[in-house]
Amino acid sequence: MSSLGVVYKRELNSYFSTPLAYIFIVIFLMLTGLFTFYLGRFYERGQADLLPFFNFHPWLYLFLVPAIAMRLWAEDRNNGTIEILMTLPLSLTDLVLGKFLAAWSFVGIALALTFPLWISVNYLGAPDNGVIFASYIGSWLMAGGFLAIGSCMSALTKNQVIAFILAVVVCFLFVVSGSSMVLDGFNGWAPAIIVDAIASFSFLTHFNAISKGVIDLRDVCYFLALIASWLMATAIVVDLKKAD
Amino acid sequence: MIEIEKLTKRFSSKIAVDDVSFRVVPGEVLGFLGPNGAGKSTTMKMITGFLAPTSGQIKIFNQDIAKHAIAAKRLIGYLPEGAPSYGDMTVLHYLQFIGQVRGYRGKELQQRVSEMIQTINIADVAHQKIDTLSKGYKRRVGLAQAMLHDPKVLILDEPTDGLDPNQKQQVRTLIKDLSKDKIVIISTHILEEVSAVCSRALIIARGKIVADGRPSELEAMSRYCHAITLELEGGSSDQSGHARQILAALPCVTDVEVDETNANAMTLIAVEGENIVAPVMECIQQHSWPIRDFHVERGRLDEVFRRITQEVA
Repeated sequence: MSSLGVVYKRELNSYFSTPLAYIFIVIFLMLTGLFTFYLGRFYERGQADLLPFFNFHPWLYLFLVPAIAMRLWAEDRNNGTIEILMTLPLSLTDLVLGKFLAAWSFVGIALALTFPLWISVNYLGAPDNGVIFASYIGSWLMAGGFLAIGSCMSALTKNQVIAFILAVVVCFLFVVSGSSMVLDGFNGWAPAIIVDAIASFSFLTHFNAISKGVIDLRDVCYFLALIASWLMATAIVVDLKKAD
Repeated sequence: MIEIEKLTKRFSSKIAVDDVSFRVVPGEVLGFLGPNGAGKSTTMKMITGFLAPTSGQIKIFNQDIAKHAIAAKRLIGYLPEGAPSYGDMTVLHYLQFIGQVRGYRGKELQQRVSEMIQTINIADVAHQKIDTLSKGYKRRVGLAQAMLHDPKVLILDEPTDGLDPNQKQQVRTLIKDLSKDKIVIISTHILEEVSAVCSRALIIARGKIVADGRPSELEAMSRYCHAITLELEGGSSDQSGHARQILAALPCVTDVEVDETNANAMTLIAVEGENIVAPVMECIQQHSWPIRDFHVERGRLDEVFRRITQEVA
């Protein structure tokens, strides 16, 4: 097992050593159910797909993922364990990636536990399973984007509550930049290229594209590049702020 | 060997460590002394690679901590101030994690961890979460973490802070028992600890080294070096006042201090470098004063510490 593996394992285990993981998973499953069946009118629509389920994911992640990400660095900085981590023979990459991958896996586990919905919809009709699979991948990639932002915000402060609020705000900007609410504000006067650029920064634009069933390399690259840049920013911030 | 050259650390406008150079060779137990905020912890954080110096160089057995950080960090065991650890892990899991990071696997890992648990005497809490432990146990878990890989360099920031006298003694014995080819650097506020465990002491004030030497050499800098503390039997305060005047008049005595709580007790300060035992004894015998207590002081480290650090301030 590499150093990265050791860090990853400790971080992933740490979620399950407190009630945090179980509370998160229960709330995540309850909310996805609520959104799908109540707000999404899963039955009333009479269509065999999971669109009402996936449509709410960006909004659900907006609050739930920062709740997972807020402790990533703020906790270590607050109780001093950052000093242990950074004086062990570990590289900054091991730490940043290990923590991120553990959190991403954890969100993946929560997401995977929504499988009864997938089974139900197959039982009720004949959905396009390819589209559903693509949507799951898209949703998980998007969660990674939210997490990478949250990781960077967590590195900025010792206070988990501040980390949470900062992450929600930044994530919100990345979500709404593709919504008609924001784009309409630019449509009248800004050139089309700027409007497109703003839209292309949005989680929604890329997630919606993937959840139509086409895993376009550009959309995947968008999320991976976003994750990579925010993780690099995390590494820089951790290095700058570790001793504060 | 640890070589530190012209080490400086500046935090925005404040200088925490100011052009500090020293070397530590294997077998030395170096004590860092200094008032709070003198730069002890900052220096330790730079030696362990946690903080990057503003300027200067640190080499751990020829590995530059800035250039070969991982290789240098492998040689070091470090207990940060306050002994932080992961409270939601059990002692066993925490030490296993540290062991894995240090490169132990499988049987070797189990063996190393259980040995350490025995050495540090924490077997009875091995399966408890660290959060539930008392301060003394937490500190010992931190020590176990630092010593797990039998490092060549051990850096302990206030290792006995918050321990009861028995636990302090235990930790000191542990440090003394470390094999003789290691470098140990400890920081402390407790001066008796320096005399008890350190082979060399550095006094730091305002980011600079203001004294460097064996604890006995530092004690010798005290005005109480070779001083005699004595107490006369019973008697009226007139009688001991009279004795005090006679003793103070001896040419080898520069000053006499009276114990505020006991008028019969006094400390005779020697003229620098002189042995005053013989003339004082003679004087006492001449007047046949009854003596209850008589001892020669080696010097008081706390007095040296106060004098040196306040001169700088």
